[in-house]
Amino acid sequence: MSAPAAFDPASRPPDGAWARLSSLFRTTAFKLSLVYLAVFAAFAFFVLGYVAWNARRVLDDQIVSTIEAEISGLSEQYAAGGLRRLVAVVERRSREPGASLYLVTTPAGEHVAGNVGALPPGVLAEPGQTETAYGRGADAESLTHRAIVRIFTLPGGFRLLVGRDVEERDRLRAVIARAFGWSLILVVGLGFVGSLFIARRVLKRVDDMTGITRGIMAGDLDGRLAVAGSGDELDRLARNLNAMLDRIGELMRGMREVSDNIAHDLKTPLTRLRNKADAALGSDDPAVLRAALEATIEESDNLIRVFNALLMIARLEAGSSRDDLADFDAGAVALEVAELYEAVAEERGVAVTAEAAPDLVVHGSRELIGQAMANLIDNALKYGAGGEPVVAVSAARDGDFVVLAVADRGPGIPEEDRARVLNRFVRLETARSRPGFGLGLSLVAAIARLHDGALLIEDNGPGLRAVLRLPAARSPAPEVP
Amino acid sequence: MPEMRLLIIEDDREAASYLSKAFREAGHVADLAHDGLDGYALAREGDYDVLVVDRMLPKLDGLSLIRSLREQEVGTPVLILSALGQVDDRVKGLRAGGDDYLPKPYAFSELLARSEVLARRRGSAAAGAEPTAYRVGDLELDRLSHRVTRAGQEIVLQPREFRLLEYLMRHAGQVVTRTMLLEHVWDYHFDPQTNVIDVHVSRLRAKVDKGFERAMIHTVRGAGYMVRAGGEA
Repeated sequence: MSAPAAFDPASRPPDGAWARLSSLFRTTAFKLSLVYLAVFAAFAFFVLGYVAWNARRVLDDQIVSTIEAEISGLSEQYAAGGLRRLVAVVERRSREPGASLYLVTTPAGEHVAGNVGALPPGVLAEPGQTETAYGRGADAESLTHRAIVRIFTLPGGFRLLVGRDVEERDRLRAVIARAFGWSLILVVGLGFVGSLFIARRVLKRVDDMTGITRGIMAGDLDGRLAVAGSGDELDRLARNLNAMLDRIGELMRGMREVSDNIAHDLKTPLTRLRNKADAALGSDDPAVLRAALEATIEESDNLIRVFNALLMIARLEAGSSRDDLADFDAGAVALEVAELYEAVAEERGVAVTAEAAPDLVVHGSRELIGQAMANLIDNALKYGAGGEPVVAVSAARDGDFVVLAVADRGPGIPEEDRARVLNRFVRLETARSRPGFGLGLSLVAAIARLHDGALLIEDNGPGLRAVLRLPAARSPAPEVP
Repeated sequence: MPEMRLLIIEDDREAASYLSKAFREAGHVADLAHDGLDGYALAREGDYDVLVVDRMLPKLDGLSLIRSLREQEVGTPVLILSALGQVDDRVKGLRAGGDDYLPKPYAFSELLARSEVLARRRGSAAAGAEPTAYRVGDLELDRLSHRVTRAGQEIVLQPREFRLLEYLMRHAGQVVTRTMLLEHVWDYHFDPQTNVIDVHVSRLRAKVDKGFERAMIHTVRGAGYMVRAGGEA
């Protein structure tokens, strides 16, 4: 099955894995996922950064408070025993393992005691707290470690340095940074893969929909989109599209019914015509031939009627005969047509009563309204049989409208069929056995529409009341002398 | 019906030759023209009883052709054939100077009956005004006093029945179709679905022919009715 020509080939996905992927990238779902991913990554970055910064601040605070405690201990020793006592304590503490750092120097900066070997130049000159590199061990040369230190100037120019190594803090920082990096990579990676997955899922459903709709365009009108049942937006879309397809299917069936009816209703008399001619061919009797020819002409006339009616409905619906409209008395038309049918009704034992109010002026075609009334009375005679044999024709004014009505006492039309009978070639089961083509009411409805009026099918309780409602002409008809 | 000379102006050659053959079989003579200009030339020169003109013609359309003929004071009756079977088309055709109008598709019997009536009208128009009374055999109709008598006996008719008989008698000896009756007696041009006209005619017939040996109103099968003296009841 080939795709219909109307389908734009540009929107068909090209072949190949890359093309499939690129069609994935183009999906709305993928793009949306990427936006979400970026927002989420920014959020994660902010949260992790905040945590890392806070952790560092807490650690720094802890280091500083440890240094403070050391200093207060040492200052007590200094107060109690002077420089000598301080140096002894520093020497003792320097030998203990741990992160605490001590240094006592001469005013010239020469090492007296402590576990700090090397310091960048100038550090000792400035009292106060600072972060600096240093060398661990009394005889260290290189600055391989880092510490937070506090420097004091003792009386006599001696310097005291108390500090704490920050290696632990830095290691923690590195751990956090690594975790930070990895988690970002993970978030972005998982997010990207997730987006692809979501996009593929959505794309697959959309592709399924596209496939089904393409099938429908190719003529398979029974195809319906799958509804996942999750009630999401794609489901809603699928449900709406399905409802639309149901409606289209209904209309198509209606069209098919009309064309089937046309074919059937025209084929039957044509076949009859052909069979009659065929049968007559076998006879030499001039009387038989003559009768057959006359029957043939009669059948042809019926066909001509059908075509005329079809053409007329089509032309009325196209609204092409609006130019030759004039004012006329619709009540008089109702009476005239009722009189025309009165004789044929009487022959069938049906009484036709007719009454009309005066001056029911309508702007339109007297011919067409006459034709409409003829069709309605004809219908009443044909299908109104069975009840009281009366057909009532009336013409009255109702506000701005002229109401022409034909009412019978027959079986009527069930409410559910009333709109349908106005369609072309629709014949109710009860009418199938009678001659006719189901065009009469369609024609009347078309005439009513041409006059900006309407044909209403009502219940006459019992029976049928067909009402032709036409707008009254704005000004009354000029007096005819 | 005496022989008629017709000119059929129709661009569909098949339809035109069918018509000419059918008219010949009905005892008439028909010439053909296949476009508006030829038709106009023939219509001006030839002495025809009736012109049958298609509305849509090459070179010169049907309505312009009729208008030109009327301007040249060619009064030959014109019957317009048209595929545009609508009320306003009929009105336009008659306004252009046509005398009758027949929408396609039509029955040949209808065309024949209408052509014969047009040809006869031409004859009677030449003879002078419409007579005030018609007489067919022993049936008489007085248009002034609205009295109808048969063999001296008065027949009481309803006004519509009177107009029906009047029309039939005016065209005595000619076929009058149901649609022609609807047009001239009721002034409607639509196609009655049922045999409404037949019932009116048979009512009239009951009053006119009942009790008489010879029928006046005859049914022409497949075509319509004819009033003529003679024939069995």
